[in-house]
Amino acid sequence: MSALAAPLTAAPRRIEPLGALLTLAGALALTWLPFVLVKANRIVPGTPLGVGAALPPAVAGGLIVLLVGAAAVGLCVGAPRVRLLAALTALAGLALAVGLAGSLLTPGGNRVVRVAPGGAFWVVLVCLGLLATDALTRLRPRPLVRVLALGLLLGIVVAALASGWFDHLSILREYAVNAARFAQELRRHVLLAFGSLLAAALVGLPLGILCHRVPRLRPGVLGTLNVIQTIPAIALFGILMAPLGALAGGFPALQRLGVSGIGAAPAVVALFLYSLLPIVANTASGLARVSRAAVDAARGMGMTHWQVLRGIELRLALPVIITGVRVVLVQNIGMVTVAALIGGGGLGTFVFQGIGQTAIDLVLLGAIPTVALAFSSAVLLDALAETLERR
Amino acid sequence: MITIEHLAKQYGTKAVVEDVNLTIERNSIAVIVGTSGSGKSTLLRMINRLIEPSAGRVLIEGADTREEPAHLLRRRIGYAIQGHGLFPHRTVEENIATVPRLLKWPAARIAARVRELLEVFQLEPATYAHAFPHQLSGGQQQRVGVARALAAEPAVLLMDEPFGALDPIIRAKAQEDLLAIQRRYGTTIVLVTHDMDEAFRLGDRVAVMSNGRVLQFDTPAALLAHPADPLVTRMTGQTDRALRLLSLTTAGEIAAPGAVPGPTVSAAASLRDVLSELLWRGAEAASVTREDGTPCGHVSVAALLRHGRSP
Repeated sequence: MSALAAPLTAAPRRIEPLGALLTLAGALALTWLPFVLVKANRIVPGTPLGVGAALPPAVAGGLIVLLVGAAAVGLCVGAPRVRLLAALTALAGLALAVGLAGSLLTPGGNRVVRVAPGGAFWVVLVCLGLLATDALTRLRPRPLVRVLALGLLLGIVVAALASGWFDHLSILREYAVNAARFAQELRRHVLLAFGSLLAAALVGLPLGILCHRVPRLRPGVLGTLNVIQTIPAIALFGILMAPLGALAGGFPALQRLGVSGIGAAPAVVALFLYSLLPIVANTASGLARVSRAAVDAARGMGMTHWQVLRGIELRLALPVIITGVRVVLVQNIGMVTVAALIGGGGLGTFVFQGIGQTAIDLVLLGAIPTVALAFSSAVLLDALAETLERR
Repeated sequence: MITIEHLAKQYGTKAVVEDVNLTIERNSIAVIVGTSGSGKSTLLRMINRLIEPSAGRVLIEGADTREEPAHLLRRRIGYAIQGHGLFPHRTVEENIATVPRLLKWPAARIAARVRELLEVFQLEPATYAHAFPHQLSGGQQQRVGVARALAAEPAVLLMDEPFGALDPIIRAKAQEDLLAIQRRYGTTIVLVTHDMDEAFRLGDRVAVMSNGRVLQFDTPAALLAHPADPLVTRMTGQTDRALRLLSLTTAGEIAAPGAVPGPTVSAAASLRDVLSELLWRGAEAASVTREDGTPCGHVSVAALLRHGRSP
């Protein structure tokens, strides 16, 4: 009752600053940037079309009404539920409209013409996404609700893509051509990111515990890992090429295991090295914040060292350690993209191939799933850390 | 019975505890009192081998504590500390069940013991068993800490400033509760504190420590009457020692037959409190009644003055 009444009475007095910013950005984008680009083939520059030119007048009008409605809510209504609903409705409308534009602008049977979403689409998409995220943050959903919402969102996106409504858009055209390779590179991407995380966790956890137990070691270990962290990824790949190549040359057994100067081996080693700092640092600081009294009581009551470490210290440090894992995972998912440069594979393959061919749609085919993967990992691990923190 | 023989602890060249010899009777409360840095906590922690002694030994019921692995020894000895040290990620029930679980008691026995302790410590099981420590008040947390220390029915309970974090009113209540618990379970308690009032209130015998040495280990009355060291006199308080002495005896213990007109005091009240009451009322004597209301005699100012005189 009061939750509904409050924003209505408060509305005339206050303009939401975020809403104002997003409305301005969206309006400018819709005025100056194309809604879609129609290209004769995948690499030539396209013809820009605005909302009015790309869509039938009724649909274009409907979309504009929806967007203006969302902007009005964003500007004037404080209630997060209303803001979320408005943003999601407008997002659905925007998605349906761009899909429709794709179908309408592709001549029947033509497999060469590409209809790509334009700048206006992307800017409005981001603005509505921010509006929705902001509303969701203000609602402070419980961890489980956040995970369910993520699952629902991913489910809707997959179902929408599978429905065929968007099949005429350029990115899905690229996907259709590369479907088999996409699945393979996606699997490889996940494998590289999680594999290096796992290796870093296996080494980093004991190292973090050691840093906590022997404070003298801490500055040296963290300092070294900090230095590694400052080396640019490409440079680190380069540095690793020589020793790994030599190693593979000297030990044929290693070579048979897939170790070589280029490819997955240097990628995994580099990601592993980058992953160590967040894991070691968070393990050490997580352990440092565990109540001394709880540890003293645990020992005083007759828990063994291992029982204290596992049942009390690591358990209480876990939320902080998970936060470190989250940093590493998001960082790795992004950085695996760069590993494609040295033949490591992963979704970066599409990005660099796309750059080479000036086919921006192919770049997006690599980039968008990477972002989605990183975003999902972050949401899941944040929820996990928060759940552990609550107990 | 706990026997401490020539116990010492050195860190490098610095002696923290030096040649301590104590015999703590079964079913009694021994309080170790001293200023910070006197070595009292170190002495306590050597009893359950959280700190390994540099020299000397500790016997519990005649058995050397070094005869079994330290963690097994500690499971037989209760341990409660300042700031309770409850596990924040475990419920009250799980916290109390810590040692019984380590000892692999059957689940039914653990559940029954947890329920019993919650009731003894006035924590309604339905409300508190599944609460987390941060949902409790300071006094309740402290009670759970002591309940946890007593969970496996230890014959010996070590307490390191257990009431240090409590405000004065809750603290007095906690001290009373501890005395009641000790009478109920007959536990031998060794308690460390820096608060002389607490030491006098709780201790059957009090060990006064300074610079790693036990200056005197005696009953509170003997500490006042026959201090073995000028430092003991200073620490027990020279100016109010008569009042301290009065606080060690209850009205019921010295009540003379016959009721008198004037105020009425409880048999459990200390002579110090009775004197204060008489001063306040300007009366010469007070009737003493037992807890159930039956009269048990009277106490006069003259009798109080006799009891406050140096023995």
